[in-house]
Amino acid sequence: MKSELWRRLRALFRRSEMEGELDEELRFHVEKETERNVARGMSPGEARRVALVEFGGSERVREECRDVRGVRPLEDLWQDFRYGLRLMRKSPGFTAVVVATFALGIGANVAIFSVLNAVLLKPLPYPQPEQLVTLHQSKPNFDTGAVPYPNFLDLRKENRTFSAMAVTRTTGFSLTGAGEPERVSAQYVSADFFSLLGIDPLPGRTFAPGEDERGAPPVALIGADLWRRKFNSAPDVLGKGINLDDRSYTVVGVIPVGFNLRVNVFRQSDVYVPIGQWETPMLQNRGAALSLHGVGRLKPGVTVEQAQADLDRVMRDLAAAYPATNSGNGAKVLPLKERIVGRLRPTLWMLLGAVGFVLLIACVNVSNLLLARSTGRAREFAIRAAMGAGRWRLIRQTLAESLLLAPIGCGLGLLLASWGTRAALGLLPATLPRAEEIGLDAPVLLFAVGISLLTGLLAGLAPALKTSRWRLSETLKEGGRGASSGRARAQGVFVAVEIALALVLLVGAGLMIRTLGALWEVDPGFRPNDVLTFNLNLSPSMRTAEPAAVRAALRELSDGISSVPGVRAASFADGAVPMLDENDLYFWLADQPKPATTSEMHTALVTEVEPGYLAAMGIPLKRGRFFARQDDERSPPVVVIDESFARKYFPNADPVGKRIRFDDEGDASQIVGVVGHVKQWGLDADDEQSLQSQLYVPFRAVPDDALRGVGGVRVVARMDGLTPALFDSIRRVVQSRNSQNIISRPQTMEEVIAVSLAARRFSMTLLNVFAAAALLLAGVGLYGVISYLVGQRTHEFGIRLALGARPRDIFRLVLSRGLTMALVGVVIGLAAALGLTRLMTGMLYGVSATDPATFTIIAMLLTAVALLACLIPAIRATKVDPMVALRDE
Amino acid sequence: MNKKTDLLQGTLDLLILKTLQPGPTHGWDIAQRIRQVSEDTLSVNQGSLYPALHRLEAQGWIAPEWGESDNNRRAKFYRLTAAGRRQLAAQTEAWERFARAVGLILQNT
Repeated sequence: MKSELWRRLRALFRRSEMEGELDEELRFHVEKETERNVARGMSPGEARRVALVEFGGSERVREECRDVRGVRPLEDLWQDFRYGLRLMRKSPGFTAVVVATFALGIGANVAIFSVLNAVLLKPLPYPQPEQLVTLHQSKPNFDTGAVPYPNFLDLRKENRTFSAMAVTRTTGFSLTGAGEPERVSAQYVSADFFSLLGIDPLPGRTFAPGEDERGAPPVALIGADLWRRKFNSAPDVLGKGINLDDRSYTVVGVIPVGFNLRVNVFRQSDVYVPIGQWETPMLQNRGAALSLHGVGRLKPGVTVEQAQADLDRVMRDLAAAYPATNSGNGAKVLPLKERIVGRLRPTLWMLLGAVGFVLLIACVNVSNLLLARSTGRAREFAIRAAMGAGRWRLIRQTLAESLLLAPIGCGLGLLLASWGTRAALGLLPATLPRAEEIGLDAPVLLFAVGISLLTGLLAGLAPALKTSRWRLSETLKEGGRGASSGRARAQGVFVAVEIALALVLLVGAGLMIRTLGALWEVDPGFRPNDVLTFNLNLSPSMRTAEPAAVRAALRELSDGISSVPGVRAASFADGAVPMLDENDLYFWLADQPKPATTSEMHTALVTEVEPGYLAAMGIPLKRGRFFARQDDERSPPVVVIDESFARKYFPNADPVGKRIRFDDEGDASQIVGVVGHVKQWGLDADDEQSLQSQLYVPFRAVPDDALRGVGGVRVVARMDGLTPALFDSIRRVVQSRNSQNIISRPQTMEEVIAVSLAARRFSMTLLNVFAAAALLLAGVGLYGVISYLVGQRTHEFGIRLALGARPRDIFRLVLSRGLTMALVGVVIGLAAALGLTRLMTGMLYGVSATDPATFTIIAMLLTAVALLACLIPAIRATKVDPMVALRDE
Repeated sequence: MNKKTDLLQGTLDLLILKTLQPGPTHGWDIAQRIRQVSEDTLSVNQGSLYPALHRLEAQGWIAPEWGESDNNRRAKFYRLTAAGRRQLAAQTEAWERFARAVGLILQNT
């Protein structure tokens, strides 16, 4: 056995030596035979000739002898590859075009796959991530609402299917006493939030259960970023105190970088504080959701359905025990990963499909190139076949070439991909979850190797099969011109396929362009240009101040901001600011009895604003009046509604003068005006949301209770141009009142809208790039094929012209040939697009998936490109000089 | 005119092994001997002979050695190996059984 292996290895590595031996052995035979013939009386020349004839085809004997050595396949492969390399060196232009085509196709695919892999396929970076779920309280018309704290506590206690449950709530603190006062992002979390996810602080510890309660000594975890910024990453930060909203918290641990649970309202934060220490009476209110969002870890083996059923049971018990707040409310359990990346699933698969089309077109193009070139080698192949080369051997030879070119393209493609992914992510700032996990890891590399092999095979297959099927005698007879009609048919099919694929991509891209166009046309209900919004936080010392003092400070700041030169109108806005914040309240119409439970009440989006809000945002007043400075805490309560509210609750009456109630105490609020509807939920999503009615309340009328401990408020301002200098002058005015006042997170409303469209713009940009690449490849492909056909028929055209055909006829002949291929492709493409664009329906807005205008325009565009691609070869065909063409023979 | 008989599949191996039994020799000589001994009835085509030799070599039944031929030229000699000898015995027996069976049928029907 060992000697057998040795023999084979020897055969492989000492190939030339063994070839020499074989030659010598056969030569010896012929010489002996010649000698024998001479001995029989032939002349030496005759003797040798007879010996050679007797011996027969020596090449075949050689081949068969090599065959039995058992290393034939390996040897041939090596030979084929070397042959391929030689060919590549011989025609660098051809090689460059093929490699570039492969690199583009493979690179784009690897880039998209690396995103898809990191976002959708890889498990979340937590231990046993499949056990992680998000928890929501559901209302009849809203599945994924926030969970009131008492309900959360009961769910945690009464469930049987969870090993742990936690809640989080986004907040913010003013960090003072450590350099420049700073607004830091923060999360309230329940004690076992981090251990539930399997995140260990480094250094330090997470919260102990006893710390997650009111009155416990204040403790905090800090993010690695804040640790570096304020403490220079020194490990002795543990046990130190930090001042958050004028209260000292002991740092007990540091949360590592890169921890970012991209779900609900959770944000990567600078500070984490136990939620039990949140000193708001609302926390104990079973009717107040307070934007608390839950996460849970299922016990091993428990399914989401079982957990759902379990929590349904607990919620039913709670509804029975607390009907006023809980009737009609349920629970919703969703897999965490689905919640984080689920909405991206269709987009990413669509993009992978689109980029797959580009690769197919690249394949077809390379196939075409190989086919065209193999025509030039028809004679070579025919001769090799005549000398005894097997069909499979010839197929393999052609395949080896494309299989060699594909990996080179793949290598280049990987470079392109790693660069392209970074570029693509730049298009999608911060809105793509798990972007930090994207990279060229093992699955991505495996994918790259896989598709490059597949691509090489696919591109080489058709030419290889074609090559091997050529009839020897015909090929030689035709003087190496090959059996042109058969191959031309194959190329016609290729061109049609390319055009069809390109059309599908172009239609997809066209629909996305129309979608974005339609979205930009959507009136958001306000004029976003020149509007800036930012957060204003009062000095932490105001937290303990009397409400009257807070009210006075806020009014002073509001007046101060409004009087900054360059600020045309400004207003505080607390609550449902379009596309930024959410806030809703229960209410009922004052002329109707109060409903028994909250679930029977109406809800509306509520924003507390100042008189300058309409002017700042550019919202039109439709009826009545907006707020005045006199509408304050002492005047009779008034509200302003939007048109959507008016349509829904007062369809046949003038709402101005009508009254609504939020609670039993005091006077009912009178509606004094109606304003235009604002697209609260984004340009695209607003129409689908059930909660549309909007309600404005005067900020100045906010009751004392609500002002106690107010930390901050959002400001919107319409300015004369959005410059950093203007923002700085606002900051100076704000800090001139109190140096510990902070303004932070400036954003223009145009940015806010752009971010809300970012995901769609991302898909549109990529689809456009892919479609452009497809159009280019298809155009080049068609041009190549027509040029080639014209070249093949030069002789024929020459004869035709000599026999009296007019150039116009030749022109028409070539053009009609090309256009026929293109039109067949267009028709197939239209049919395919009709089927495939349906899958995009969810991504479209304001345009149907089978929009006739888009389909028509794209079909015309492609036909025009096809025409252009045929034009040059067609003109060239008319210029054939009959004499030259005929002399060619 | 053509009195030559085509070799049955597999018999060439047997003939080569048998020819090598007396001692090592080269390819041409093997072909000559088969032709002479069979009184010109069996002629081995070189197109089959050399692949067969290489195959037998690959199977380890014969071993090559380079040596001097009668007129001092380098030639590739083949030698029967021990495994080849066993194979020769087995194939000879199989062939005789086969020939006897064919003979019986030809005589009795």
